[in-house]
Amino acid sequence: MTDATTAAPVEQSELEKRFPDAVKADARPGYAGFVVETSKLVEIATALRDEMGYDYLSSVTAVDYYSDAPNAENFIEVVYHFYKSTGGGALVLKVQTPRDNSVVPSLTPLYPGADFQEREAYDLYGVNFEGHPDQRRILMWEGFAGHPMRKDWKEAFYEEEVKPFKNRWPEGQVYRIEDRNPFNKNNKYPQGFDPVGFKETDDPKLYEVLERAAREYSEDIDTEQVVVNLGPQHPSTHGVFRMAVRLDGETIVALKPVMGYLHRNHEKIGERNTWTMNMPFTDRLDYLSSMSNNFGYALAVEKLMGDKAAPPERAEYLRVIMAELTRISNHLWAVGFLLNDLGAFFTPSLYAIQERELILDIFEATTGSRMMCNYFRFGGVARDLPEGVYAKIKDLVFERLPRKIDELDIYLSENELVRSRSEGVGVITPEEAIAFSTAGPVLRASGVPYDIRRADPYSIYDRFKFDVKVRYHGDVYDRYMIRIDEMRQSLDILKQAIPDLPGGAAGGEVMNGKNPYQVRVPAGESYGRVEGPKGELGYYIVSNGKGNPARYHVRAPSFINLTVLEKMCVGQKVADVVVNLGSIDIVLGEVDR
Amino acid sequence: MYGLGILKGMWVTLTHFIDSYVEDIKWLGRNRYYSKEGIQHRRSKDTKGIFTVQYPEEKLPVPEEFRFIPFLVYDVDADGNKQDRCTSCGICAKVCPPQCIWIVRTEDPVTKRPVPEPVDFFVDVDICMNCGYCAEYCPFDAIKMDHDYEMASFDRHAEHIFNKEKLSKPASYYAGIRPTNYNREETLKAEEAAKKAAAAAAKAAAAAAAPPAGSPPPAAPTAG
Ligand code: SF4
Ligand code: SF4
Repeated sequence: MTDATTAAPVEQSELEKRFPDAVKADARPGYAGFVVETSKLVEIATALRDEMGYDYLSSVTAVDYYSDAPNAENFIEVVYHFYKSTGGGALVLKVQTPRDNSVVPSLTPLYPGADFQEREAYDLYGVNFEGHPDQRRILMWEGFAGHPMRKDWKEAFYEEEVKPFKNRWPEGQVYRIEDRNPFNKNNKYPQGFDPVGFKETDDPKLYEVLERAAREYSEDIDTEQVVVNLGPQHPSTHGVFRMAVRLDGETIVALKPVMGYLHRNHEKIGERNTWTMNMPFTDRLDYLSSMSNNFGYALAVEKLMGDKAAPPERAEYLRVIMAELTRISNHLWAVGFLLNDLGAFFTPSLYAIQERELILDIFEATTGSRMMCNYFRFGGVARDLPEGVYAKIKDLVFERLPRKIDELDIYLSENELVRSRSEGVGVITPEEAIAFSTAGPVLRASGVPYDIRRADPYSIYDRFKFDVKVRYHGDVYDRYMIRIDEMRQSLDILKQAIPDLPGGAAGGEVMNGKNPYQVRVPAGESYGRVEGPKGELGYYIVSNGKGNPARYHVRAPSFINLTVLEKMCVGQKVADVVVNLGSIDIVLGEVDR
Repeated sequence: MYGLGILKGMWVTLTHFIDSYVEDIKWLGRNRYYSKEGIQHRRSKDTKGIFTVQYPEEKLPVPEEFRFIPFLVYDVDADGNKQDRCTSCGICAKVCPPQCIWIVRTEDPVTKRPVPEPVDFFVDVDICMNCGYCAEYCPFDAIKMDHDYEMASFDRHAEHIFNKEKLSKPASYYAGIRPTNYNREETLKAEEAAKKAAAAAAKAAAAAAAPPAGSPPPAAPTAG
């Protein structure tokens, strides 16, 4: 588990042989992968994709290596995680670029899935991606001054570089945090920007992209096209999200998602936090599946901490049990609300949510909270199952849920209206699904049997028997069906894990050693990823040996899955947009971070 | 046959509809609503029919681990005096993720050593994310998570920073809402105290056997 980030050695040496001058193994202690010449990046990435099978660019992010010490070597590093869509470990490439006038070639033309991620790196770090077709801010608004993830950027309510803040104890100088953040007084704008006169239509870059897309769209009859903004007020009850679409009649010509309305700079908060403090914050990413979020973060940090943070057996089982229950509860929600989007207003979703409530009862009894579970710790879980909960889980998994999922299946899957509304809608081919870095149910509904629990197993998933679920049409209906399939698959895993739980109902050791309030994380980088209910949830963390992460990045599946939304929608009717969006299953807490 | 899928689906809705009446008839004479056992039944694996709870007339029981806003625990000694368990060690303030705990510690004017009881203790409940870390990491079982989730107020500007007085609750309250945890902690403490007493007794015996030592064995520390 400790060296899962190191990729298959064959390709490594091959890469070094082919590009002897451009590729250097990353020699910093605790680091893996290769540092690549900026000018050679595209060439190497092409070779990776076309010749070595690394066709899946999972994560693109930037790290700001910055110190205000004189003569410090300051630079920004862009980190790429490549995988094979057939499974296996990561191949990590890095390019380094100066903090001022940074230029990195864009990989979006090669891997369209890099689109939003590069925009994010541009937005938050100010890295320029040469050749990016649409380099705009993505999470911050156009009038934002600066790049908020840079180490020298300070938020309006800035207190200190890192927590814990010194004035909390022992002097306890209490004040209301809100008073520190007087609206209007400490806002910064770029030079020449007029916040008062700003109008939404002054977002010229966005509308220009839409227009460009429209020019590429050719129709024999010259009809007038209109731009419609769906949202940002909950376009289909999925959260504060906006889609700017260009319509030709009712047909979508171009669509650009606009997001960031819920942006709180989760990653910056994460870098001010201590390692431990981040755990409850991960709950708030995809707030429908906090257990999986905890899981990914715990894995990433435990990788760096090594054996002293290896969880005991019982904790491993509890983790899997909780993660799979989370998957079921997430998919119940997703299926219910997809039906809402299809126009079956609330009866199906409430039937589904009823079962989810019973799962949340288990979470509440175990962790103290229904949604913000904060259950995982480095080296185990926070507490053992309280009395009676083991029996409850058993009852649900062996008796009620199988029956109820069957009922949901009978209720909806063959309904002719559902089928005619969703079959053949929003089709994504397997090649597109891989190229756009989609993950989870979206990827598997397009016929790519890629599931991290099998492709790159973590925790104890290699002990359970289950097949990767896959569907082949890549349409909304298959994205619905795959979620029903996966709920059954999770039940299968649970049925194996529950009887095997060491200690059973009686309880046992759930933490490796003590649970300290501060942890020491050795310097280095690590990428921990789990198959979350929405897809690959990854945490890229960098430690410099101090009490706080030097870099804390979340590879958010909801966010990256949205890259393919335009592809799904173009050429279809405006009524299908909402359904397509629903079939991706996003949570804005995770999209916007 | 086209439409069969719809009919099947509607059959499911119909069973749900009928179930809600069948359940009510089954419970005739017993209270399915507004009673503890009724609510319990509605949350069980066999629940059918009406599932929802009519808050605030009916309330779901919260499990023992439920956490909402911390409170400070104090013991009451034989004379009826409050004894703060908190020793102002500051761990909770250091571990609190949104940094919403402020602790004022003082020094004894004579000895210049810190006084264990905090002068004041603040939690900004607007900022508190109910993570439970303070309770989890407090080494003295002095801060615990509450069960009281109905705390709407009229003035958030004035009332949402709780001070020590507002935060403090007796250990008996804690024992009431979290009996399992309370008993486990008390057993542990009793064991430890017994161990310490045994060690002290052994030391005293050794001291008595040996030539007279300088000072009497230290008294066992007060609870907390
Ligand atoms: S409540 Fe506990 S952790 Fe916090 S200062 Fe008091 S004794 Fe220390
Ligand atoms: S529950 Fe969490 S957020 Fe609230 S005071 Fe305790 S440590 Fe802070």
